[in-house]
Amino acid sequence: MKTTFLDFEQPIAELENKIEELRYVQDDSAVDISVEIGHLEKKSQELTKSIYAKLTPWQISQVARHPQRPYTLDYLAAIFTDFEELHGDRAFADDHAIVGGLARFNGQSVMVIGHQKGRDTKEKIHRNFGMPRPEGYRKALRLMKLAEKFGLPVLTFVDTPGAYPGIGAEERGQSEAIGRNLFEMAKLRVPVITTVIGEGGSGGALAIAIGDVVQMLQYSTYSVISPEGCASILWKTAEKAPDAAEALGITASRLKTLGLIDKIVTEPVGGAHRNHAQMMQAMKKAISDALKSVSDKPVDALLDTRFERLMGYGQFKEVPIQ
Amino acid sequence: MSWLQKLLPPKIKSREPGSKSAVPEGLWHKCSACGSVLYRTDLENNLDVCPKCSYHNRISARRRVDLLLDAEGRFEIGAEVQAVDILKFKAAKRYSEQLENFKKSSDEDEALVVVQGAIQTVPVVLAVFEYGFVNGSMGSVVGERFVRGVKNALENNLPFICIAASGGARMQEGLNSLMQMAKTSAILTKLADQRLPFISILVDPTMGGVSASFAFLGDVVLAEPGALIGFAGPRVIEQTVRETLPEGFQRSEFLLEKGAIDRIVDRRDMRQQLAQLLTLLQKQAAVGA
Repeated sequence: MKTTFLDFEQPIAELENKIEELRYVQDDSAVDISVEIGHLEKKSQELTKSIYAKLTPWQISQVARHPQRPYTLDYLAAIFTDFEELHGDRAFADDHAIVGGLARFNGQSVMVIGHQKGRDTKEKIHRNFGMPRPEGYRKALRLMKLAEKFGLPVLTFVDTPGAYPGIGAEERGQSEAIGRNLFEMAKLRVPVITTVIGEGGSGGALAIAIGDVVQMLQYSTYSVISPEGCASILWKTAEKAPDAAEALGITASRLKTLGLIDKIVTEPVGGAHRNHAQMMQAMKKAISDALKSVSDKPVDALLDTRFERLMGYGQFKEVPIQ
Repeated sequence: MSWLQKLLPPKIKSREPGSKSAVPEGLWHKCSACGSVLYRTDLENNLDVCPKCSYHNRISARRRVDLLLDAEGRFEIGAEVQAVDILKFKAAKRYSEQLENFKKSSDEDEALVVVQGAIQTVPVVLAVFEYGFVNGSMGSVVGERFVRGVKNALENNLPFICIAASGGARMQEGLNSLMQMAKTSAILTKLADQRLPFISILVDPTMGGVSASFAFLGDVVLAEPGALIGFAGPRVIEQTVRETLPEGFQRSEFLLEKGAIDRIVDRRDMRQQLAQLLTLLQKQAAVGA
């Protein structure tokens, strides 16, 4: 697969093109230029590393949305076994923007639920660009309750621009569906591990993201509103999205500092999309660690800790009343 | 009241220092729905509902508290909780400056007012959103005051009522605001465990993160007539689906039709209706019976 390069990656793209050309030349040439190629490859790696070392929040949100970034089903295929997808909300439809089902992780039965985006145009439309409708959230809740009934840990993968803003979604109670999940997840009697793998888009992300462990991939984002949306409201132009991304504090490192997430999962050099295999390994370890951290806790203690975490959200001051 | 004060004619009394309603914004009000020209006092006496067409004008949080709660035995909860500018947020304006400006323009120090009191002698904790404060948006203070209100209800075994009027989560506090959706929804699990009623009242407008958290978690969900209620704003939806939205889309009547809310209640009946619902839910005799 040919890598799609983002705007700020153009210097890397140029180098990679050059390497590609040299390889082509090498094929029908008597001169050995493999040393030269090796040298350039190393240079490309270093360049990638240095560019990725100082990404702005806006650039990170581009990486989080990268078309070749691993999605929920990629993780399911690589680090889980025996995935049995379960469909539908039993009331209206099966929402393809959220996938879920039973699977094994290191042999242990778990419930996996995640947003799902599509790769090509057809699949993107099929997945509604990863934007769930109420039936998606209701399917997710149904699967969580199923997991609760049989004592299975719930693993959620968050990757959505947001809940779908459509006519039908409103008619069928988008708000209620999201709110209901927040309420039910707060008291779900099994461990919940949440990983933001790409875009954590507002309420549409939060609706499957109340967990005992909340972790984010290094170049994922999690935000109350998209940078574009915020910019068009507060700056009156979407062109100010880079400023909004900066101001909103949407990156994993910033949110870790703010105490809103537990852990950052390191991505391969140049982002998860550059090396899926390596990303899968890192994810497998992260989930394994997260499961270990909650597995021997009694359910009531787990729920108390979860509740205290939820109550601890927010920063304010207390002043004496006159 | 002393005999001298009783002798003074009402007009002079109203000019006492600190009194507000001398003649503030003109004597007349033109209804934005039906265009009727109304005597402002008549409108106010009618709870800011147009006597001609029943259009419900937006009113302040304090006014709602006054209209719903008995005059006796009120006290405020969570007023000590005040905003901080977590992110040093600056767009066109600094968030810290915005907060100061809204304090002046709305006469409130945050977007939620929580008061313990009684509705026709039925004790309750009442939380009301102030839309005039940063569009009634929910940030850390709103979430914390909400939680303190519910905790007070839990301690005193009281029902909890919330009147939502909000644009959604407060962007200027970033992800902390989003997390207030989780926080407010989570505390309601405790109210449910203790079998205490939560009545959610949606008024114009209830959108975004407020709509998509506690607002629809009420044991009973009520709405004022004609209120705009939804997850996404109508403009965002229109831009996304590139269709004209159906007539009355996202209004209370539309939500009732779709099965999203229990009842639409006229503001003038709200106090009586709440007392009725609360006594029914709590297996108490009707008020005044």
